[in-house]
Amino acid sequence: MKKSNDREVATPHLAEEWVGKVYTFICILFLIITIFSMVYFVASKGLSTFIVNGVNVKDLLTGLKWKPDGEPPMFGALPFIFGSFSTSILAAIIAAPLGFCAAVFMVELSPKIGRTFMQPVIELLAGIPSVVYGFVGLSVIVPLFRDLFPGQGVGIAAGSLVLAFMILPTITTIATDALASLPAGLKEGSYALGATRWQTIYRIVLPTTLPAQMTGIVLGIARAFGEALAVQMVIGNAPHIPNSLFESTSTLTSAITLSMGNTAMGSVQNNALWSLALILMLMTFVFVFIIRWLEGRKKL
Amino acid sequence: MKKSLIVTMALTLSLSLAACGNNTNNGANNGNAAASNNAPTNNAASADLSGSILASGSTALQPLVDQVSKEFMEKNSGVSIQVQGGGSGTGLTQVSEGQAQIGNSDVFAEEKLDADKAAELVDHQVAVVAMAAVTNKDVGVDNLTKQQLVDIFTGKVTNWKDVGGKDAKIQIVNRPSSSGTRATFEKFALGTKTEDLEGSIQEDASGTVKKLVSETPGAIGYLALSYLDDSVTALKYDGVDANVDNVANGSYPVWAYEHMYTKGEPDAATKAFLDYMVSEEVQNDEGDVVEMGYIPISKMEVKRDAAGAVTK
Repeated sequence: MKKSNDREVATPHLAEEWVGKVYTFICILFLIITIFSMVYFVASKGLSTFIVNGVNVKDLLTGLKWKPDGEPPMFGALPFIFGSFSTSILAAIIAAPLGFCAAVFMVELSPKIGRTFMQPVIELLAGIPSVVYGFVGLSVIVPLFRDLFPGQGVGIAAGSLVLAFMILPTITTIATDALASLPAGLKEGSYALGATRWQTIYRIVLPTTLPAQMTGIVLGIARAFGEALAVQMVIGNAPHIPNSLFESTSTLTSAITLSMGNTAMGSVQNNALWSLALILMLMTFVFVFIIRWLEGRKKL
Repeated sequence: MKKSLIVTMALTLSLSLAACGNNTNNGANNGNAAASNNAPTNNAASADLSGSILASGSTALQPLVDQVSKEFMEKNSGVSIQVQGGGSGTGLTQVSEGQAQIGNSDVFAEEKLDADKAAELVDHQVAVVAMAAVTNKDVGVDNLTKQQLVDIFTGKVTNWKDVGGKDAKIQIVNRPSSSGTRATFEKFALGTKTEDLEGSIQEDASGTVKKLVSETPGAIGYLALSYLDDSVTALKYDGVDANVDNVANGSYPVWAYEHMYTKGEPDAATKAFLDYMVSEEVQNDEGDVVEMGYIPISKMEVKRDAAGAVTK
C-alpha cells in the first residue's frame, strides 16, 4: 500500500525533472550553436581575404599602409593593431590605480560612504551608453588637449582617457570584491604586529589581492579593446602609427565601424574588414585565456 | 516585491513580443491606422496597392526616403515601407542579393559592385546632393582652385599662407576612404584619388565633420550643402559659389545623384513609391526634397553618366 503511494508521488516529479533537463539542454544548445556559428561566420569571412583574394597574411599583420581602394590595394593592419593595444593598455594604466584606490576607500577607509554613495555612482558610470562617452570626449577632452598640448587633440591620449572612464567600473567593482573577500585575520594580524593602516594596505592587502586585481585589469583591457563608437569619435582615424599621443590614429574597431557600411559584401575591401574582426575575436580569446589563468592562480 | 518585478518583466516581454508578431504578420495594420487618421487626403484609387518594401543603404539619402515613405504610406494604406541606413555598400549588396527591394546609394552601382551584378540593377535617380569644401572661420581663405585643393588634400601644401591665407597649419578633416561622399568629392572636385595622410582626421558623420572643422584651427573638410551654416566658411570652387543654381546649370561640378536601385523592374508597389519620389509634389519648391536640403532632380539642366561625362 505504502509502496504504490510512493510511486504515485514520484511519477510527476520525474516528468518535471525531464522537462527541466530538456529545457536547460535546449538553452545551452542554442547558446553553443550561436557562439560557434558566430566564430565560423567571422572566420570564414575573415579568412577569405587570404584564400579568395590572395592577400598575404604577413602583409596584413605587419604592413604599415592601409589603402584598400588604392592601385594596387594595400592591406597593412599594423597601425590598427598598434592603436588598439596602445589605447587599451594606456587606458588600463590610467584606470587601474584609480580603481584600486577607490576600492580601498570603499572597503577599508569609509565603508559607509562607500556603500551608500560611491558604489551606486560607479555602477551608474557603467550604465552610460558609449556614444555619450564619445560625445563628451569629442566636446570636452579633444578641445582641452588641443589647447594644452601641441597637436590636434584627437589621438591615443584622448582615446585612452575616454576608455579609462569606461573601464573604471569594471576594475573598481572587481577590486572591491577582492578586498572585501580578504580574510579579516590577515589584516588583524598585521595591525597586531604594530603596522599602521597604510603599511597594512601597501604590504599586506595589495600583494595578497594582486591576482584578483589583475583579473579586473585584464577584463578592463578586453572591454577597452572591443569598444568602437566612443573611440572612433575621438581618435581621428588616420590609418598611420602616430608620432605622438596627440596625433590622429586608428584602432581595429574604429576602422571596422567606419567602413563596414560603405563597402559591398564580398568585395576585397569588405573581406579585409572581416579579417580585422577576426584579429579582434582572436585577441578576445587570448584575453579570456589570460583571465582564466589568472583566476586559476588566485586559488593557489 | 521580487515576484511582482518578474511578473512585470514577463508581461512587458510578452507584450512586446506580441507587438512584434503583429508587425511581421500584417504590416499594413499600421498603415491603415495612419491612413484613417488622415482620411480626408486619402484617395481611393491607390488603395488597391499592397506589399511591403524594404529600402536600405545610404545614410545621406535616408532622411529623405524616410520622410517621403511616411507620406506615401498615409496615402496607400496597403503598403508598408521600412527605411534602413547602413551605408551605400550595404544597400547595394542587399538589393543585389534580393534582401531589400530598394538599395539607396550615393554612388553608381558600377563603382561598388562587380560589373555583372551592377548590370542587373535598375537605377532610379531621385535627387542631387552637392558638396562644398569648408574651412574653419579663421583661415582667411574663401576661394580655392582645383589645383590648390589637390595640393592640400595630397599633402603638398601644409600651410594656409601658401594658398593666400594666414600663417596656420592645415588640418585635413576627411571621410573614410570607402565613403560615397569622399568618392564624389575626389572625383569631381579633385579629379584624383587621395591617400589618408599622416595626421589627417577621418570621420564618417557629417555632424562630426562640421563640429571638428568649426572647432579645430586651420581645419578643412567638405560637407553637403544642407549642412552649411555660419559655423564654417564654405569655399568657392574655382571662383564659383556652391549654391543650388550653380549646381543646376552645371557651372559647379561637385555634386552627385542620389540613387534608389531596384533589382530588375520593380513590382507595382515599389514602382508607385519610386514614381512618388520623383513626382511634382515631392520635388517642387515646397516639397520634401528642397525642404530637406537636397536638389530636385527635375531642376537639373545637366545630366551625368556613370563614367562622369556631363551632357546638357
